[in-house]
Amino acid sequence: MKYVSEFRSPEIVDALLKEIKHTVKGNWNIMEVCGGQTHSLVKNGLLNMLPPNIQMIHGPGCPVCVTPVNLIDKAVNLATEHNVILCSYGDMIRVPGSGISLLEAKAKGADVRILYSPLEAVKIAKENPDRQVVFFAVGFETTAPANALSVIHAQHEDVKNYSILTSHVLVPPAMEAIMADTDCRVDAFLGAGHVCAIMGMSEYYPVVEKYKMPIVITGFEPVDLLEGILMAVKQLENGEYKLENQYTRVVETGGNKNAMSAIEQIFEVTNREWRGIGEIPLSGYGVKEQYSAYDATKKFKIDIAESHEDPTCLSGDIMKGKIKPNQCPNFGTRCRPAQPLGAPMVSSEGACAAYYHFNLATELVEE
Amino acid sequence: MLLSCPIPKLDFDTINLGHGSGGTLTSQLLDAGVFSLLGNELLDKKHDGAIFNLTGKIAMSTDTYVVSPLFFEGGNIGDLAINGTVNDLAMCGAAAKYLTLGFVLEEGLKMTEFWEILNSIKAACDVAGVSIVTGDTKVVEKGKGDKIFINTTGIGTVHPKANIDMVNIKSGDKIILSGPLARHGITIMSHRQGLQFETTISSDSRPLNQIVLKLLDQFGDNIHLLRDPTRGGLATVLNEIAADAKLGIAIAQKDIPVEEDVYGACEMLGLDPLYVANEGLFVAIVDASAADDILAVLKQWNYGQMASIIGEVKADHPRQVIMKSNIGGHRVVNMLAGEQLPRIC
Repeated sequence: MKYVSEFRSPEIVDALLKEIKHTVKGNWNIMEVCGGQTHSLVKNGLLNMLPPNIQMIHGPGCPVCVTPVNLIDKAVNLATEHNVILCSYGDMIRVPGSGISLLEAKAKGADVRILYSPLEAVKIAKENPDRQVVFFAVGFETTAPANALSVIHAQHEDVKNYSILTSHVLVPPAMEAIMADTDCRVDAFLGAGHVCAIMGMSEYYPVVEKYKMPIVITGFEPVDLLEGILMAVKQLENGEYKLENQYTRVVETGGNKNAMSAIEQIFEVTNREWRGIGEIPLSGYGVKEQYSAYDATKKFKIDIAESHEDPTCLSGDIMKGKIKPNQCPNFGTRCRPAQPLGAPMVSSEGACAAYYHFNLATELVEE
Repeated sequence: MLLSCPIPKLDFDTINLGHGSGGTLTSQLLDAGVFSLLGNELLDKKHDGAIFNLTGKIAMSTDTYVVSPLFFEGGNIGDLAINGTVNDLAMCGAAAKYLTLGFVLEEGLKMTEFWEILNSIKAACDVAGVSIVTGDTKVVEKGKGDKIFINTTGIGTVHPKANIDMVNIKSGDKIILSGPLARHGITIMSHRQGLQFETTISSDSRPLNQIVLKLLDQFGDNIHLLRDPTRGGLATVLNEIAADAKLGIAIAQKDIPVEEDVYGACEMLGLDPLYVANEGLFVAIVDASAADDILAVLKQWNYGQMASIIGEVKADHPRQVIMKSNIGGHRVVNMLAGEQLPRIC
């Protein structure tokens, strides 16, 4: 962990905090786009260490949180009515659908398995030729290459009983949707480091220009986040707006060509519904027509009623930065991790769960 | 693990329903297997129960073991079932003496596996200094179990100097952790389907009775509470203590020992070591005046080199566990709603 420990150094953190405090004059709202960044901010207690005139707004970059109810219902339907082996990343399985979650479906006898890699699902399909295996392919641009590879791999190995239920979402259109909202309070973005490691930086120049807004592509360790915040604050204080890359040790300007070519082979850009936000044009990936044999929505007749979210859940407002999780009237009362009203209370990357788990006692803590 | 005793000659190489019927096959399995390996004065009577004398204050505990996979680096379900109950009694300040042993076997379990588990049970009993005095074996149809479930119930006498009780905890008490976190849970995770990484991490399954009795000998009622952070890990145990004692708990991340390889595996799997299971670890809430001396004794123990004072009990923030992060920030360490789920990315 030597390589990472330098980015968790208390001395460097302290020096960066001092520089941020020295630099900041105005009041700034900075949105960290990615749920991994939210998780790190609260887990390390960074939110309480920043000067009060820098407010962090927690963006929509938690894939679990923005996967629409409709898709959860489809996954549950596949697992319960079509007798498939439904494979999923871990934190998807507790997200409430309009009926039950995948975890509840599992308890009722459905074959739901938690995996770390979609390639493992292909392996399961090979081992169970008499069963259909579906991988619940959610995530941003970060997980898309691996999910695409699983389809390429299945085709190469002639595995016909494998398909993916895809709910891929894309970061730049979500940032644009937030900026287009008239109530938007965001002054600068911390770009999602790992998304850019795949896709490169070029997509963000137009966003910077169009909204005259600083974007700093940022990593996930405490030193990364503080450095990203400092770079954003410097731009804001100087009245500048440009795209900067804090996460140079991972993000290359051109991205990862191999990963992008896998995505391009399997997926095409489509409109996508975002839980709590609504439909955003051209904001997701769907499986290309020529690979429809691997598209679970084409392969199975998924017959589900119209899906609905709990109308009292304010997750959309939270993800747009209009309110903080603990300002929601349901926070910690009707909505808790054991009984979430909406997805941000489920995943540890979700802003609500992050606040619930790590941040409740902010006012109580004294040095 | 090598079989320490050769497997006896049995008519079947897998468990079948007959082995739980109470008839000849059951007798054969018990006589050739269980009794020959685990035999002692009380068990050899083959009575419906065990009859013995115990004097003084008695502690009793039961636990059921359903771990999958059955075999892992550093142990198997057999030694886990012995150590787990021995440790639960140790956390009561008691020296485990006699254990019951109940098996639920699934049809089709390989006899070689059952034998290896029995051998581990025998070895764990010898190390912990306990005897199996009565037991039970049931067999369920294929598909109705998961190869083998084990229940053990233990009984033992409480150390005369022990006064372990939640009511003894007070503000200012120190919290000692006996060793590094998360070894067992990560070992199990690395064996489960879907994880394609190799580690040399092994489970910390071990009996804690001897070290606990030694500490009680020397420090008696300065030890206010003992808990072993098994399922749910350290975070869960500390939250339970904070809630029951209606006091706050403050811990410092820099003082919580986690080995480098375990920490790396946790990072890779998206798990927080605070919530990962342990099987050979305990938390002691002790009087501040004795904390350094207790730690010094603990560090002399074979498995205690990394023991550490990880925090203290506070009157502030009652019912909450708050951790100071390595970089100086603070966070609440909460209870988990359910099993810790790996994050997507």
